[in-house]
Amino acid sequence: MLTIIQTALEAGFLYAPIALALFLSFSILNIADMTTDGAFVLGASVSAVCCVAGHPILALPAAMLATAAAGFITAFLQTKLGVPSILAGIVTNIGLYSINLMVMGTSNLSLFQKASIYTLAKDAGFGGSWYKLVVTALLVLVVCVLLVLFLGTRLGLSIRATGDNADMVRASSINPTFTITVGLCVANAMTGLSGAMVAQYNTFSDINSGTGMVVLALAALVIGETLIGKGSMVRRVVGVILGSIIYRFIYAAALRANVPSDYMKLVSAIIVGVAIAAPTVRRWAAFQAKKRKALAARKGEH
Amino acid sequence: MLEIKNISKTFNPGTVNEKTALSGLSLTLADGDFATIVGSNGAGKSTLFNAIAGDFYTDEGSIFLAGEDLTYLPAYRRSRRIGRLFQDPMRGTAPHMTIEENLALAYLRTAKHQKAFFSRVGKKDKDFFRDQLAKLDMGLEDRMRQPVGLLSGGQRQALTLLMATMVPPKLLLLDEHTAALDPGTADKVLKLTREIVEEDGITCLMITHNMKNALELGNRTLMMDNGRIVLDIGGEERKGLTVDDLLSRFRAGAGKALDNDRILLS
Repeated sequence: MLTIIQTALEAGFLYAPIALALFLSFSILNIADMTTDGAFVLGASVSAVCCVAGHPILALPAAMLATAAAGFITAFLQTKLGVPSILAGIVTNIGLYSINLMVMGTSNLSLFQKASIYTLAKDAGFGGSWYKLVVTALLVLVVCVLLVLFLGTRLGLSIRATGDNADMVRASSINPTFTITVGLCVANAMTGLSGAMVAQYNTFSDINSGTGMVVLALAALVIGETLIGKGSMVRRVVGVILGSIIYRFIYAAALRANVPSDYMKLVSAIIVGVAIAAPTVRRWAAFQAKKRKALAARKGEH
Repeated sequence: MLEIKNISKTFNPGTVNEKTALSGLSLTLADGDFATIVGSNGAGKSTLFNAIAGDFYTDEGSIFLAGEDLTYLPAYRRSRRIGRLFQDPMRGTAPHMTIEENLALAYLRTAKHQKAFFSRVGKKDKDFFRDQLAKLDMGLEDRMRQPVGLLSGGQRQALTLLMATMVPPKLLLLDEHTAALDPGTADKVLKLTREIVEEDGITCLMITHNMKNALELGNRTLMMDNGRIVLDIGGEERKGLTVDDLLSRFRAGAGKALDNDRILLS
């Protein structure tokens, strides 16, 4: 049982940066960034290649830089070349498939017996038997703190305003091209960090490991926002992390209930679909109830 | 201060929807001028504002502000020097950000912070915001951590006015900024506008459909028709002018009566 909790917590933190990335692109900038799947694998691939070359720590910033570049391409397509934002992400995502193969030189790169941030921590006796969780959680914590601080700066506020009121942004001195570009670069860098950590954690990088990642992260994001609600930035960021962890507990519970792991993508899709549709369905149900009541009352009059 | 020379703009040229919105318009405002603009619907008042603010580039002519050529600058570059308020109070503020964050955004856009992407507002700035909000006399200084979406239209418009003028702009464009507010709130926002503009000596253009306001506020009244300025009254000539005088002057200038119910009824 303890192993299950430990594994769920580890996975929750490992994939949390992707949920944070979607928090930035989807919740704050109001852009559905479909680059995510490819960016995750790009992060994993760059990280794996760096580990093979013996640089597991350098692997993290390298992966983040590479994925930030991918985010830049998506942003460039939509802000400068007029490609609709969802399509821009899909186009980049497809292109990344080939790039990822180029980076790894193979479709599955093993890090067997290579040094990673986790082996380094283990060898140093850091965090005891929970070293994987401690290392991952620390990295995610740093990202959270930096993200909250960043969103309070001039640039961060400008990014938030860009997603909040396009009219206002046009009439103020904010350049939406710039804020969207920075926002997508930062978001994808976080996705890349997640990929980089996951590759070292799993000791391999696989070309297909990113499939559906955007929906899984969206599920975590939606769970977090539903449970914690809106409020200050700190609260919302904590909510996203909690959402990611809760999602992994649901995942672990489903696996224990003998749901084949192949079905988990369907479970995620249903969670996201239901959660996002909920307000609309609730409004519709309330209106129908009101209508029925009014019609029934009218019948009584005549 | 503002020097507009011979600007023209035709929308949808070469199609059945072709519309000449500005035709050879010229306008010069001196430093500290406060001009009101009246005219029928479709006269080109808002189009003139859009041209100055950079929502589109003009087909011909040039726009200079404080000696700087704005003609081909993108809108976001111009808005460092130009403050702008719209009729719709929802357009000027970010609803999901707090009052404090909205003010910070407006404050940090000044030249001093232009390249400082990572600058933040400190304790001193927050005290400054509080003082500024207190001036509005709407109790907003005690609600700085609330999202702007909770405020009423009048409060949001007053806040937008504060954001546009907290760092005095070279030019303030007011596009019927009180038209969507109830009469009491409209008067209050108008009073604030007058105070702020006078205090900082801001050069200002204000579109209004209220002829009384058009004559009372500021030091010049402009009338527009068909994408041109047909009447420009200032100085001694403007003093003692009545609404009826203005309407007859318009008829003489434009060669037709002012066909606008909103103006005639106000």
